Order: sequence, then structure tokens, then C-alpha cells
Amino acid sequence: MNTEVKLAGVTLKNPVLTASGTFGSGIEFARFTDLNKLGGVVTKGVSVTPWEGNPTPRVMETTGGMLNAIGLQNPGLDVFLERDLPFLEQFNTRKIVNVCGHTTEEYTDAVKRLSESSADILEINISCPNVKAGGITFGTDPKMAEEITKAVKNVAGKKPVFMKLSPNVTDITEIAKAVEAGGADGISLINTLMGMKIDIRRRTFALANRTGGLSGPAIKPVAVRMVYQVAHAVKLPLIGMGGIACADDAIEFLMAGATAISVGTANFRNPGVTAEIVSGIEAFLRDNNIADINEIIGCVK
Amino acid sequence: MEYTKGTVVSVQTIAPGIIDMLVNAPGIAKEARPGQFVCLYCDDNAHLLPRPISICESMNGHLRLVFRIVGFGTAEFAEKKSGDTIKILGPVGNGYPDIDSEDVTVVGGGIGIPPMLYLSRKLKEQGKKVTIVLGFRDKGTFLVDAFENYGKVVIATDDGSLGVHGTVVDAIRELGISVHTVCACGPMPMLKGLASYTEANGGTALISLEERMACGIGACLGCITKTREVDGHSHVKNARICTEGPVFDSKVLDFTRS
Repeated sequence: MNTEVKLAGVTLKNPVLTASGTFGSGIEFARFTDLNKLGGVVTKGVSVTPWEGNPTPRVMETTGGMLNAIGLQNPGLDVFLERDLPFLEQFNTRKIVNVCGHTTEEYTDAVKRLSESSADILEINISCPNVKAGGITFGTDPKMAEEITKAVKNVAGKKPVFMKLSPNVTDITEIAKAVEAGGADGISLINTLMGMKIDIRRRTFALANRTGGLSGPAIKPVAVRMVYQVAHAVKLPLIGMGGIACADDAIEFLMAGATAISVGTANFRNPGVTAEIVSGIEAFLRDNNIADINEIIGCVK
Repeated sequence: MEYTKGTVVSVQTIAPGIIDMLVNAPGIAKEARPGQFVCLYCDDNAHLLPRPISICESMNGHLRLVFRIVGFGTAEFAEKKSGDTIKILGPVGNGYPDIDSEDVTVVGGGIGIPPMLYLSRKLKEQGKKVTIVLGFRDKGTFLVDAFENYGKVVIATDDGSLGVHGTVVDAIRELGISVHTVCACGPMPMLKGLASYTEANGGTALISLEERMACGIGACLGCITKTREVDGHSHVKNARICTEGPVFDSKVLDFTRS
């Protein structure tokens, strides 16, 4: 039975990845889940300089999901390259580094340095709904999405570049086509859906940032639909994500056209869930006499 | 720290809306220090995030968890019966550090009271003189008898129906209770008031914070608190309450920004 998949020339032992921002750089999760079992770890977004993020409360549960407005707090690229990436180098798993920025220069400065690192793939976050300058503004306008993709590709060297798209647009296939035109090697989708929760007792917003990104099982059907649409709109490999909590969920995304999948919010409910999903996918393949996982990728037309 | 299934031994209501649950979880109980907490998970799949609950006591493989019913999750836990299982992660956080001082003032407010019981017992066992100040809304108190085993107990109530009329800080000021070394858990306004009174009097306040959490293990950065200096892990002026905390020396914290 083969569970290997290929993302822009990079072979993953299986299609299970972690969703950026839910798994740190794996350091905290390593005691609960064997990182060697995963196809790869997608790290929390890193920027050229440290970012402080948003005020608290930053997270709030909603039915079937959660809202977050962390605001991409991160220690900056220097610490990431000294502490986080070397930690991941100890494991037999792919390292997919998520990059965030406020301006084109911040993205390209980070990518330039990461092009010389041990990262296997770079995932560019142009879709965070919680950061005002930059981020989402690059991901909601096709022209800007194409330009940022070109700029990043120019300095990425040999590293494959996956652009991470926002669902908070009228037509996600337009943005997908734009990043394909800009030279992207692949697409990650979907980032969170922008939402809001009101604390009725305090008569105010539940999150300090007022709005936050909705994730978790509640958004899965939206994500599967968008993966399916984008799979039919571009030729690029896709990393699908949005509410995956078990192997069955992961297989839906594969069948809709994703080559790999990322598990996010489910890590908060069960810190060992990613390795369980790997085993669950293997059991599904075995039970259904599927010799190669690639047979089911995009099988639902 | 482990992610496991505990077995519920008993569930009692000890005051209106206050639940006292005993859980058999030997691995966690063995490791647990005063001031640490556990994350409890709902059985209901639509309620995803763990609920951070303080450890009230840890003894013989059992955790005593005393919490207030505040929403869906805590209401679900309160419905558990003896023999039911409950998903649990812990012990989480740093807990109280070893304390040098021979006299310690332990302060709890509202649902911040339970974790101070385990701390009070440990301090008494170390031969320290423990003064306990508990703040309640009204005379619907809980755990007071248990605290009396470990030191002198002073009560303050918001409505004046029992003990000192006012806050725990009012009681400390009025009765001249030492703030040389203070360990406290309670609502943020109480902790801020206590920290500023303690610092003004040259004492040390070790305070336990609470915040909305998602992962409970230090990865999501949901539960940060603002710090005066750049934090060694985050490299910004934020510390993770679930990992660097929940117990902080108040001098580390920046209340002007939180």
C-alpha cells in the first residue's frame, strides 16, 4: 500500500500535515504525537521581525468551531532559524514554513533568508483575517495576489512556494488563477472564515479584536467545496484544510482534489490527533483495497 | 503532562453553582503541584476546546476539582456520575514556586479559591505559618472548613453578609495582615489591587492568572499576558499563561497593557 504523495516535487510519506498556527513548530506537540509519523509539519507563521499579536481574549469557542484573533504573534525569523527549524530537523518529516508579512518587502526579506534554510516548502500566508496591514489585503485582490506571488517566487530559489488563500472572497478560483499566473508551485486552502461573537452579558465583542477567524468542523463543507472548485480551476497541487478532525474528513479533501491535507483546530481537542489520522487513512485504504492513495486524489469529479 | 481518560469518583454541589468533583487520574495526580491546572474536554463534539480547571487537591491518585458552572462545558461535567470517564490533560502550567518565607498569606477570590487549598496544605506541611484570606460574593461560602485545617482563615464578602465587608484587599488592610509573601488566585481586578498593595508595601505577590485558552500546551498563543520585559520564549512582551504561568510574580506583569 502506498501512502506517498508528491507536492511540487517534494515527496511526503503521507498526506497528513499540521495547519499553520495550531501546532507551533511542533515542539509542544512532540510529546503527544510522533512527528516522524506525519507527512510534514507546517509551522506557525513567521515574520522578519518579532510580532506581538493582538490583545486578549484572542480565542473563543463557537458551536462546532472556534474564533481566533491571535494576530500572528511570533518570535521573528532569527529565533525561528536558531530554535524552531533545528528542532524539526531532528525528525523524519517534511518542514513546511509558513511566512507572514505586512509589506511585499517583509515577505521577500523572509523568503530570501528561508530559501537558504532546511525548509522543504514555503507556505505564504496572504490570508490572515486578523492583521490589518498586509496579509489579507494581498489575498483578496487577484492583481495583488499575482504580484506578491511573483515577488516571492523571484527570491525563493529552489524552494516550492505554496500560496495560502482566504475563503473571504467572492470567487476563490479567481485568486487561485492569479497565484498560478504569478508562478506559484501550489496552493493551500482555506484559511479561516472571518466571524464575530457577541458576549451578551457584557454587551460587547467576545474577542478583543472584535472579529476573528472561524475554524473547526463547522467550516469543513465550505472548505471541501472550495478545494473542489480550485482543483478544477488550476493545475497546481493543493494542500486542503478546514475543519479536518478525523481520517474520514481528510479523505473527503483528498477526493475533492487535495494532494495533502492540514489538521488544525482538532489538535486543540486531541494533541495526538494527527498521527491517529495517518493510521485512519491507512485503515481506509486497506479496508477498501486501494493500493495507492493517489488513486483517490481528485476521484470525485 | 499527559492526555488521558480519568474516572469520575464523585460529583457534589457544595454551594449554589459550585461543583466538587473527584477524579481518579493517577499519572496526573502524582505529578501535580499546587497552582497547576488540568484541561477537561467535553464529550460533546461541537464543543471543542478544553476547559482549564484548577487543581483543588491532589492525593492518592485522585484530583479534586472544584469549579463553577459557567457554561456548556462545566454544565456537562457537573452531570457526570460516579464511574463515568472524562478526558483530561495535565498537570498544566508552572504551579507555585518553592517559597522561602516562613509566613505566607494565601488569598483566594471566588472560583480562584479552590487551588489555594492544595497550596495551603503543602505550605502547612512545610511548617510555614499560613494566613488565609478568602473573598466571596456573599455568605454562600465553600471550602472554608477545609482551609481551617491549614491556617487562620479571614473572610471578606462583597455584600458584608459575612466577615469583612469588602474585598480581600480591604480585609488585609483593615486587619494588618502581612503582605511580605502573598500567593493569590481570583478575578483580575482583585489580583491587580492585591498586587499593587503588595508591591507598594515591599512584598512579593505570586498571582495565578486565567485566560481563554485553545491548546493548553503552549502552542496556540491564545492565552498570553503582557509582561514588562521581553519574554524568553516569545521574544516579545507576552508570556503564555498555560506554560510560563499561570503563576507569575506580579513584578513580571504589565497591567498597564492588559
